[in-house]
Amino acid sequence: MPGDDRIAATGGRPPMVRMAGVSKAFDGRTVLDAVDFAVRAGEKVTLIGPSGSGKTTILRLAIGLTKPDAGLIEIDGRYLWHEIRAGQLVDAGERHARGVRRVVGMVFQQFNLFPHMTALQNVRDPTIQVLGLTRDEAESRAVELLTQVGLADHMAKRPAQLSGGQQQRVAIARALALRPKVMLFDEVTSALDPELVGEVLRVIRELAHATDMAMLLVTHEISFAEDIADRVLMFDAGRIVEDGPPAQVLKDPTHPRTRQFLRAIIER
Amino acid sequence: MSGQSVSLHAYLPFLIDGVWVTLQITFAAMALAVPVAFLLAAGRMSSWRVVRLAAGFVIELFRGTSAVVQLFWAFYVLPLFGITLSPMAAGILVLGLNEGSFFSEVVRASLKSIVVGQREACVALHLPRRYAFWRIILPQALPVMIPPFGNALVLMLKFTALVSLVTVQDLSFRADQIRTALGVSGEIYGVVLMIYFALALVLAGAVALLERQAARWAGRPVPALLPWLRAHASPVPRWALGR
Repeated sequence: MPGDDRIAATGGRPPMVRMAGVSKAFDGRTVLDAVDFAVRAGEKVTLIGPSGSGKTTILRLAIGLTKPDAGLIEIDGRYLWHEIRAGQLVDAGERHARGVRRVVGMVFQQFNLFPHMTALQNVRDPTIQVLGLTRDEAESRAVELLTQVGLADHMAKRPAQLSGGQQQRVAIARALALRPKVMLFDEVTSALDPELVGEVLRVIRELAHATDMAMLLVTHEISFAEDIADRVLMFDAGRIVEDGPPAQVLKDPTHPRTRQFLRAIIER
Repeated sequence: MSGQSVSLHAYLPFLIDGVWVTLQITFAAMALAVPVAFLLAAGRMSSWRVVRLAAGFVIELFRGTSAVVQLFWAFYVLPLFGITLSPMAAGILVLGLNEGSFFSEVVRASLKSIVVGQREACVALHLPRRYAFWRIILPQALPVMIPPFGNALVLMLKFTALVSLVTVQDLSFRADQIRTALGVSGEIYGVVLMIYFALALVLAGAVALLERQAARWAGRPVPALLPWLRAHASPVPRWALGR
């Protein structure tokens, strides 16, 4: 099957993100119900499913924006909210989690750029704070990344002066600047005007083909998912109901819920 | 009649000295109120329950009791505990702590008004907390605080008249003395009212300029000064001019 070779390419590599028995409820409503999965280093995985099925919560858990009610999360070989002390698995606090999640980057649906900073400052300043780069190093890295996402002419502009597509590309450059090993994309084109979706997807596609980062993408763009994903996970009601290469999950789904979901999206 | 006007004229320098005292108290009390407000707001948002409760208690204590009684307390009762404050210091302390308690809720609401997304971006970018507060959250919260700050400043100006009750020679205190000396209340209080009004106008104008500056910090577009003045300074609304 096409796509199998892509799985083979990442096979045998250690897991970059692993969740085991992860559950999460908000106000008594179960969003994730004992979910298990692993994403290997370099693997590109898209998460699909109806809204409220838990896809976004997976990303938020992976970067430590929320804490699971139960289960284990492992990032790059280290537990996010636990540590092993004297052979025992014990709870670890916020400080420990900050260190572990450093290798994770995230791009949000609503961009969340800092409105009082220029595009250049948005990309440059976190690298000074987090990676400890000098101002010059940080500046040249920011210029390089903004050029890479096609914004060389807009670096001095504030977010309010940029289109949605340009803002989202700044946000991608900003996350990349911190040299993550895993990138999370949370419906990054959902808030964009239709004619601006293409430019953002193009940047992500190039990134997916050119880098060795693991990527987790929540998206409703099925053809995009098919193009860049090594694997597709179908979520429904807080569980993964189907997990396989895009050629199988998207073209020949076995689970009735996946078939129903894909039909609804295609007929949209 | 004319004799009285002449003597009122002669008292004007005496009254102007009172204006300086009033302004000094206003600014000193606000200078105390702002850090107090930030401290209390930080206390209310602390992750420690004890700190939250303590800050809440201080806020309710100052909001919930009469400022005049607090003033008398600071001036007449504290000396019994060995703390003697000058009338001026007592006035500044009480007004500052009072306003600080009220304004802490403005500070807290402004900090909370910064959308969740900005905080989440700070977490997702692994920014140190201190940096996130000073460079990301605060610059965006400041413009939200400034209009209520202008309100508080003008209220403080008028509030300072209270300190005349503990013998501070501010504008109101001196007006009262002139009234006693000359036996005219109409003219003197008319003049004092106008002085307060003029001071309040100047303060409000200064805060409006500060608001523009803060909007610039927050990365919001700021119109050029002249068109902005034309739009804001006219007492007649634009629709009434038929434009």
